[in-house]
Amino acid sequence: MQRVLVVDDSPAMRGLIASIIDQIGNCEVTEASNGYEALKELPRQQFALIVTDINMPDINGLELISYIRKSPNYADTPVVIVTTEGANTDRDRGMKLGATAYFVKPFNPEDFVAKVSSLLSREP
Amino acid sequence: MTQGNEVSAEFIAEAQEIVDALNRDLIATEQETRGGEPDPARVNNLFRSAHSLKGISGMFGADAIARLAHALENVLDGMRLGKVNIDAASLDILFGCVEHFSLLIAAASTGEKTDDAPLQQLMTKLEHLAGGEPTDNRDPLALLELGEDVMGVLTEYEEHRLRENIRRGRRLYLLRSAFDLTDFDLGLAELDNAIKQLGEVITKLPSSQATDPGKISFDIIVGSDQSIETLRRAVGDERTEIVAIQHRAMVAAPPESTPRLPTSTTPSEVSAAPVSVSESSSAASGTDSSPAAVSAAGSMPPGVGGDETTSVKSVSQTVRVDIARLDRLMNLVGELSLTKVAFQHIGDSLKRDLGFTGLAAELHKVSRDFERRLSELQAGIMEVRMVPLGNLFERMVRVGRKTGRELGRMVRMEVAGESTELDKLIVEDLADPLMHLIRNAIDHGIELPEERERLGKPAEGLVRLEAQALGNHVVVRVVDDGRGVDVERIVARAVERGLETPERARELTRREVFNLMFLPGFSTRDQVSDFSGRGVGLDVVKTNISELSGIIETVSVSGGGTTFTITLPITLAIIPALIVSVAARNYAIPLNNVQETLAIDARGVKTIERREVISVRGTTVPLIDLRRLFRLDEDGRPSSTYGVIAGVGDNRMALVVDTLVGQQDIVIKSLGRYLRNVRGIAGATELGDQRTILVIDTVDLLNELTDSDRFGGMLA
Repeated sequence: MQRVLVVDDSPAMRGLIASIIDQIGNCEVTEASNGYEALKELPRQQFALIVTDINMPDINGLELISYIRKSPNYADTPVVIVTTEGANTDRDRGMKLGATAYFVKPFNPEDFVAKVSSLLSREP
Repeated sequence: MTQGNEVSAEFIAEAQEIVDALNRDLIATEQETRGGEPDPARVNNLFRSAHSLKGISGMFGADAIARLAHALENVLDGMRLGKVNIDAASLDILFGCVEHFSLLIAAASTGEKTDDAPLQQLMTKLEHLAGGEPTDNRDPLALLELGEDVMGVLTEYEEHRLRENIRRGRRLYLLRSAFDLTDFDLGLAELDNAIKQLGEVITKLPSSQATDPGKISFDIIVGSDQSIETLRRAVGDERTEIVAIQHRAMVAAPPESTPRLPTSTTPSEVSAAPVSVSESSSAASGTDSSPAAVSAAGSMPPGVGGDETTSVKSVSQTVRVDIARLDRLMNLVGELSLTKVAFQHIGDSLKRDLGFTGLAAELHKVSRDFERRLSELQAGIMEVRMVPLGNLFERMVRVGRKTGRELGRMVRMEVAGESTELDKLIVEDLADPLMHLIRNAIDHGIELPEERERLGKPAEGLVRLEAQALGNHVVVRVVDDGRGVDVERIVARAVERGLETPERARELTRREVFNLMFLPGFSTRDQVSDFSGRGVGLDVVKTNISELSGIIETVSVSGGGTTFTITLPITLAIIPALIVSVAARNYAIPLNNVQETLAIDARGVKTIERREVISVRGTTVPLIDLRRLFRLDEDGRPSSTYGVIAGVGDNRMALVVDTLVGQQDIVIKSLGRYLRNVRGIAGATELGDQRTILVIDTVDLLNELTDSDRFGGMLA
């Protein structure tokens, strides 16, 4: 069982991403509705993959990625950015901060499943 | 989404929520632009709403919504980044978007197709707006001594806010504070709140550099006009480090009392190790400022305020529940209350028929206890169903604005009592009648601006929506300061339409005249107006309100405006009722409109205009004999009868019954398709003894009473 953290302030979006990840199988999704919740979840369990939105109140996705990369437990954990088109600057910054991949909404669920599966199988 | 899946209810609910938030923020922004500059945080919220809407609607395949949201997002992005002006003209277009979103969401939920033309028009307007050029392209950020590890995690918007703060000559500060990982959000909310009074929180960067794994520290960048001492006092926590961020533009004119960093400090030093370079400033306040001390002492700041904690927590502690689930719970409570009555019957029987007095008393005690908890449970569920009218009122303000604009009237929409709560289902069903009344008020009430000025009124007309809780009822009023109801014109129209004979028309009271407006087929306009009319009259409003067991009344002063008053029960789910007996059959009369009961003396009954009336403390109240109404054995009428006075305000009647049986909470069940339209019957309910009885519809009877003169209806 691999744990995946999904951070997005839209419940519908989180639910949708969670249901897409469920298709991969053998995954347990934890949802966080903002950066605060994500920061609290990170030390509670070891996640194999983190999916995050960029534009969120208080702690934005970039700050979260930067934090994740500096945390010893998560330095190598794949981080997938899910963002909307038009936010290219923010997305590029996220990649520069060490995100592994990005998806622009609306994206094809099959592509997402393929990418996430390959990122997860890289993990022990 | 590329898969063709159905639009989920969850998506619809969330999209509507986002649009409501957009509307709220737009109204607030509009008010702020009148008095000065809009709150940048609010403009950013607007942008975020559009952004989220674009994101989810794209994923859920709602293309029209996604396209509009995308165009709107571009404009709002320009607004928050200072590239697009926020003024009345641009806000009008944004309000137009909100209206169109509501249309699109409604269409998406039913799967209807929508007309693409208005969408295209809006898109064109939005694209035109977004095309604006930035006014200032000097980048003051280049002057800022912040390192790449800080600048690299700022979103474009946060960067812009940083720029704005520099442009306005504000000082920038870096705050560092450590918190327990378990409740840092509370500590941050507290800190946020302290800073908000003095400046703007531009960003909060979590940092994992704290030595203790149970702690987390944050670097917070703040822009403020205040000195570092003021900030420090406001934060009031010595464990929070505060240091001024240098930017070269400020070096020329150093602020008087701010402790300065050594000028030799390089940008990278400031950003990489803010705590260590802050020694010069923190020395002044006499605290130890080594990084270790900060993180070790970094528990939650003292005195966390209640308001802040709830505001942070509510984000993740809300549950959205389908109203049908609450209905099921309420039905269960209703059935349990029947069980309770059955217990009492058993107790009575134990005592009366079997002589178990002690056992009966015990059972009664237990069932009283059961009853108390049951009513607590009922109150709890009711509380969950209750929603404030604010949201509905906001939608109505939008309707009013739009109608005013389209009809060339200047209208100021006012709202009062928006926190008044009503059953969610009633609030939903109130939307149509309220919308109709508001359109009616603007179309028929509010005069054109020139005419108003000629009459010595302010050019801007007023439409006020107000709500007020009155015991088990909620009163909603639509008040306008327009021309008022033209009594003569209404009478003339009623005669012309054959709704009233010329002879009778002369004798009508004002109230009776106002009632004419609510008759089917009545319309004072020769051409049905597209706005208030939409091809339907006020009779539909009355029908809708009646279906909610409500009553609508009109007060109007010629030239001085009209007030429509709607009185509604707080809920329809479970209501107290009076059980009465007529010809050995039981009926339930909902208590919400019952004013009193009295014994009727046959000698006190008079006949006025072929109608039986009695006098209740000086006022005449018409009688409705339930035996006659339901065609029951009229000869078997007992010598003494009771009257149940029901009504709202002056609109009253006395229902004649044989005996009063008692009071009980009932759940009204529909009679099904075939019996739904039986006049005077609201539905059926079960009593504790498993028998089904009919529930009297007092509102229907009251309406019937006011109409029956004209139609020679069943009550005449």
